[in-house]
Order: sequence, then structure tokens, then C-alpha cells
Amino acid sequence: MIPQQEPDFNLNHLKLYYGKLFPFADLVRWVSYGNDGKHPGCDQSYLGRREFSFTLENDIYLRFQSFNNTLELENSVKEKSPVKIDIGPVYSVDPAKRYAYAQGENNVFAPVERELIFDIDMTDYDDVRYCCSGADVCLVCWPLMTIAIKVIDTALRDDFGFKHVLWVYSGRRGVHCWVCDRKARRLSNEQRGAIADYFRVYKGNENSHKKVSLTGAALHPFLATSYTNVLKDYFEKNLLTGQNLLATEERYEKILNMIPDESIASELRGRWQDSRRSSSAKEDINVVRWEQFKQVLQSGKHKAQGLRRCVEEIVFSFTYPRLDMEVSKHMNHLLKAPFCVHPKTGRVCVPIDPNRCDEFDPTTVPTLSQLIEELNYEGSISDIDGELNRTSIGNAITLFRSSFLQPLLKACKEEIENSYNLKLQQSKNSLGW
Amino acid sequence: MEIVRPQSRRNFLSSSNDAVSVPTIPLYRSAPSLEVRLEEFESFAIDRLRVLKGISDGMSRGKKPEEMENLVKDLWKVNMRHQHASDVLNKDIISHFVLRLVYCRTEDLRKWFLSMESSLFRHRFRVLNAEAQRAVMEEFNLPYRAVSNVEFESIKEKLGQVARSMGQPAPTADAIFYRVPFEEVPELVAGRKVLISQGYAYVAMNQIVSLIATLFRSQLSKTLVLTNRKWTSSIREQEKHRLTPIVEALCSSYLGPDYSQSREYADISLKDIDQVAKNSFPLCMRHLFDKLKEDHHLKHGGRMQLGLFLKGVGLNLEDALAFWRAEFSKKVGLEKFEKQYAYSIRHNYGKEGKRTDYTPYSCSKIISSTPGTGDHHGCPYRHFSEENLRAALDRMGVNSRAMEDVLDKARNRHYQLACTLTFEALHGVPCDAGINHPNQYFSDSKKILQSKQKDSST
Repeated sequence: MIPQQEPDFNLNHLKLYYGKLFPFADLVRWVSYGNDGKHPGCDQSYLGRREFSFTLENDIYLRFQSFNNTLELENSVKEKSPVKIDIGPVYSVDPAKRYAYAQGENNVFAPVERELIFDIDMTDYDDVRYCCSGADVCLVCWPLMTIAIKVIDTALRDDFGFKHVLWVYSGRRGVHCWVCDRKARRLSNEQRGAIADYFRVYKGNENSHKKVSLTGAALHPFLATSYTNVLKDYFEKNLLTGQNLLATEERYEKILNMIPDESIASELRGRWQDSRRSSSAKEDINVVRWEQFKQVLQSGKHKAQGLRRCVEEIVFSFTYPRLDMEVSKHMNHLLKAPFCVHPKTGRVCVPIDPNRCDEFDPTTVPTLSQLIEELNYEGSISDIDGELNRTSIGNAITLFRSSFLQPLLKACKEEIENSYNLKLQQSKNSLGW
Repeated sequence: MEIVRPQSRRNFLSSSNDAVSVPTIPLYRSAPSLEVRLEEFESFAIDRLRVLKGISDGMSRGKKPEEMENLVKDLWKVNMRHQHASDVLNKDIISHFVLRLVYCRTEDLRKWFLSMESSLFRHRFRVLNAEAQRAVMEEFNLPYRAVSNVEFESIKEKLGQVARSMGQPAPTADAIFYRVPFEEVPELVAGRKVLISQGYAYVAMNQIVSLIATLFRSQLSKTLVLTNRKWTSSIREQEKHRLTPIVEALCSSYLGPDYSQSREYADISLKDIDQVAKNSFPLCMRHLFDKLKEDHHLKHGGRMQLGLFLKGVGLNLEDALAFWRAEFSKKVGLEKFEKQYAYSIRHNYGKEGKRTDYTPYSCSKIISSTPGTGDHHGCPYRHFSEENLRAALDRMGVNSRAMEDVLDKARNRHYQLACTLTFEALHGVPCDAGINHPNQYFSDSKKILQSKQKDSST
């Protein structure tokens, strides 16, 4: 468990962090998407139409902030020391001047671009983790986030064809995902909703107990691939024993309740109630029971409709990603910027490499106080890259640049040049006749 | 389109006789250059409105696709015929353009019209024969190519998986698939009804309707905005004495009240609210109300659904703040309430942000919502498990005989009928109009209770 680390967060430290370590330039280069260049095809107003939002100490919200360059953002952040910086959409006009534009009959103030975003929060998994609950996370439940990253990241790239996907630790109990391809940024709300629904398997609310329902004679290829490549292994090799999913009566009852056929449930119940006495300590009780479960359900005589999917349904229930749908569906949702410091844990919202996400450990993510200590250790050096390299945030920034920012900016540059040339071509043609 | 006086009726489209034999759907790309008599201007529009309204009712009853198909076919046959076969197409076109004028004028009207016209188009397209379908596709000038044999072979297995996941047989080698950017077919993506690979969806011939309907919709959506501009800049003023009154009268009679301003039974006060909730709230609101009292908290979807309902019921802003504060402060504390939640309540009342006065949610909006973990909003008849629904109805006081009827309706996805039956069981009075809006449930209930009170006192 990560204890509440209030002492790790202190406003003077935060000031120092913004002053010495926070990568303003990288952040601005990212959200400018190449429009900060010298090319005539660049849209110079682009960055200035992006909403930033600051949360100050005492929960004061400053929405609709906008900045024209790195320096403006940096100065404002240093002056106000926000405990949280959120990034919103790019609007049709400078959001700071929205009232001036709203006077006319046609309300032209509207979001025009926004990364496709996903927010996955551990609290949504409270019914399938027994190690901790609410805001806490530990290494036993963190694999649920690893699974989410693997499943969503693979589908975003292989199915939807996106290339520029950024994963970020949310600082406490979850992960954020930013899909930054030009096409993704220009999706309509309806199209965003469609993608979110494509990912949605977990249905049901507080008033209906059925959580995952898989029907039909086969699984959709996306679900089938997720199941065989990620979910099944994580369930059997990790969560089953890690969470002790079948160890006690209360826990196995929950799983038995998901079997639509009561006679099979009671058959297993009978065996498990007995096996308490007879089981040897050699094999893990969860594994033994899961094997029995599969054997009973997948044996020839129970291959009836409805039971066929039961094993998969249970694995999906305990592993499949649970998205906060509303965040993904609308362009105007705010999302916390990477490299912010979580005010409750003091941990930095560092990027996560999706290819090595199983190595990510939320309990070793650098904290504000740790960074400040590292800064103080060597005394003061003025070179900013020197500061970065010396502190443990250096790796995070290197990862951000090499695996995300550089390929993204290369693609942006090409897109800007191509669309500029195309426009040039078109205007030439129209001049010709 | 030119609107003429009744006495000066001239010939319609001269070529209309040729058009009779081709059973196709016009795409309404531009207003036709033909003359329309004033009374037809109105009567055609009303006929088409009957169709659209019928579709709207069918959808909010949760009718299944095949039921909708028959419904639309009947509605169209009954309302859109014309004594001259040659004029059927003209009536179709004219009525569409008149309603476009009627429904271009506000965001809500446009949304409704767009949704109903798209649905109508979809159903009409689906019943066309293959040749006519191809003709429509050609008119849209689709830039997509059919998947080649080689490509088909390489993805055959996955296409088969998709088909079987929907309970359909695997496609054979002569099946036609189109490779389409996934953004063009959002509803197929949302339902996982297509194979998606590297940004492209593989759309089967029998799914092409989804693609076409999406195109139709986006085209109509754009033109509605343009029509609105024309309406406000010139038509409204020019036609002040002739068309404008007709146009303005046409929409209001059919959308039903939106309950944004409570009227007859306005102003419930905070001290009565518990009693009123018990007697006159529909189950969806009653459930949210009870949960709020129990947990001292509701997630966003629940706050919106209940909050706007209470506003429609007549709870003024001050009382609404007091109401929510009383509950939330028990859980999150007063300070956090003022900081995090008070804003959105004022926002609902149009006092913050873009200052829109939000309207209470209708049944169809509530039914189509997707409550997730921790959520209590939505329509209980749709979103509750049967056990929970049974228990909830029992708590409301629905007797066991009526209970089975209600559950039966809910099982068959007639959510609003289930709610109507609940209403009838609790009030002992038939509700012929059916329940279409939680605030309608409320006001009908109040009406009945008040008249009962009067009867017993005299």
C-alpha cells in the first residue's frame, strides 16, 4: 500500500520543482503539434487557442487560461504555483477571450480539436480487488492497470491504426492515455463515443449484478485477441493467486453466483466445502479450484448455450479494463497534464512505456521531496539539463522525448508540409483556370 | 421552391411521370424548383410530422429493429400517399423541405429532426432492392472500394469471427465487403459489428445502410445549419405574414412540452419534498432521491438526472442548493460542497458557464443513458436487474398482480409502458397518453392526487 504521503507535498518544494525541473518546453512542443515552427503552413494561433486550467491551493479553479508560447506558460505557472495543471481542448477562438466572441448571434466558441483520452481509475475495480480499496493501490492490484494499458494500447494501434499514444501515471491510483494522432484529435464526440463503446464490455451499474455478458457463438476478434494474449494469463498466473480469488467461501460464492446453472454451482460448492479439509498445502488452493471450475464447465456435458461463455465471462469480469466513459466521449473534458505532482501522494505523473508497462512500479515513482533532496545534494548547478539528469525525473523526461515526442513531431512536420503543398497545388490549379 | 396561392395551381414537375416507376429515395440535396400550394405546404408537412413522431414514439418504447421496420413501413404508407401516384415523390420532397424550415431554428429542434429523418431514411433504404440501393450509393459518390479476393482470403477467419459473434453465418467467398475509415461508421464500431484493422472497418454489404445513413445524417446536419442562417437572415422577415406563422406553429404542437419551466404545480417547497417524492416521483427519480438520502452522495449522472427533474418540478435555485447541500455536506463536508458541487447546480439553472437553461431529461434520454459502476441514474425498468426492479416496485407499493405485468413489459423492453403500468397501479387511474417524461409523470400524478383530495373533502 502507498500510504498517504502528505509530507511529500509542500508548496515551497512545488515552487522549486516548477522552477528547476518541470519540462515546460517539452509540454508546449507537444501540444503545439509542430505549429510553433517556421514553416508557412504552421497555424500560429494554434497553441493560443488551447485551454489550460490551474487548480490553486484551497481548490480555486482557474479555467480557460491560454498561452502563446513556453515562456508565457512558464511564467504563469511559476507565479501561481498551481497544485494541478489540466489540459483542455483547442477551441475555435482564444478561450481567454471567449466572452468577447460570444456576443454575436452565432456562438462561435466551441472545441475544435482534442486528443482522444482515456482515464482508468482503480476505484472502479473495487469489487474485484481484495488487497485495498478506494484511493489505495499496491503491487497486488496494480496488474489491473497493466492489463488495461496492454489491451487498450494494442487495440488503439492495431485496430484503430493510431501511432502516437502517450500513457501517464495519474499520480495515485490510475493511468491516463492521450491519443495524439491528427485524426484522433479531430474526431467528433459521436466518433469518440463509438471508440469508447468498442472498448466497453463491463456493463451494469449498482442495481444490476450482471457485470460482463458475452453472447454469440464467437468473441469479436478484438475481445478474442485480448483474452488469449493478455487477460487469460494475467488472471491465471497473477490475479487468481495474488488476490486469492477463490480462497474463502465469501469469495468463491461471488464467482459461483456468476454461473447461470444452479446445479453446477452447487456441485462445485459441495466439492469446495469438502476440500477445505482434504487439500494439501502443496498446491495453491485458488489454482486447484480454478482448474476444477474450468473442468466442470468445459466438460462435454455442460457445453450448453450460456455456459459456454461462463469461464470467459469470469475472466473478463476480473481483468478487463474499465474506462470512465464520459471522459473519452466528449471533447471538452479536462485531463491532468503529465509531470504534475499529485497533491496527495507527492508523486510525479510520469509517462509509462506501454511496451514495458509490466515493469512499472507505482511505489517507486519519484516523489516531490525525493527530487528536492536530490537537487540539494549536489548543490546548485545552473544548467537545466544537468539538473534533469541528476534527478530521478531525468529518465521520465527522456522516455517522454524519445518514445513519444520525437516521433510525434516528425509526423506533424510531414503533415504540415503535405497539407501546405496540397493547398499550394490547389490554388495554382484554380489560377490556371 | 415557390409557394403559390391555391387558385394559381400550375403543373408540378413536368417529368414527374417518369419518376413513378423508380422506387428510390430522394437525397434532398437542393430545394426543388416547383410550385407548392399554400395549404399543401402545411398539410404535407403535418403528414410527414406524423411519420417522424411515430418513429420517435417507437424508439422511446424500445422497439426492436424488426418492429421498427414494420412501424415505419406502416406510418409511411398511411401518411405519405397521394391521390396522384405521380405526386408521391413531390410530396416526399416538399414535406421534407418544409420541415427543414420548421426544425432548423434551434439546436434541440435540429437534433430531433436530424435523428428522426436519419432513422426514416435508414428504414427506407433497407427495404430497397439491391439495384436501388446501389443507385443511392452511386449518388453519394462513395470513394470506397470493395475488398479484393486476395485481401478477403487474408482476413476471412476474422470476418467469420465477427459474423459469428453476432449470431450470423460466416461470409462466403462471394460476399462483398467495403474497406472504410472507421470514423465513417461509428455505430458499427460502437457495437463491435465490424472487423477493425489499421484504422479501417470492413463493412459487409448488408451493413452498408449504416454508412449511407451516417453520410445522409452529416449532410442533413450541415444543411440544417445553413437553412437556419437563411431563415434568420431573410426568410423569417420576408414571409412574416404568410409562411412564418405556419412554420412557427408546426413544431410546437408535436414535440410536447420540454418541462424546462414548471407551470401548473410550480413551487414545491423543501419541507414537502419527502412526501411529494413518495407520492408523485417516478421510480427513476424516487430511486435517486432515496439513494441520495441514504448515501448523501450521487455521482454526476445521478445529480444531473435528479437535479434537472427537481428544477422542472419547480424547486427554485435557492431551495435546490439547500437541498443538495443538506445531503452532500453530511458526506463531503460543507466546504467541499460549496467548492465542487454548488457550481454545477447553479450551472444547471443557467447561472454559470455558458448560461444555458438546461431542460430536464426525457424518458428516451434516460433510457439511452449508460450508467456504470457506482451510478444510480438511468431507467430502472431498463437498467435494473429483475430482482432489484421487483424489490424497488415492492417498496413503491405496487401490488403483486400489477407487478407481473410491469416486469413483463420491462422484459420485453417496453420500458415506458412498464412505467405507465406502474403509474396506473399506484394511482388507480388509467394513463392513456403513456409516460414520456418523468416530469409528465409527476404533473399527472399531482393532478390525480389533487382531484382525489377535492373529491374526499366535498
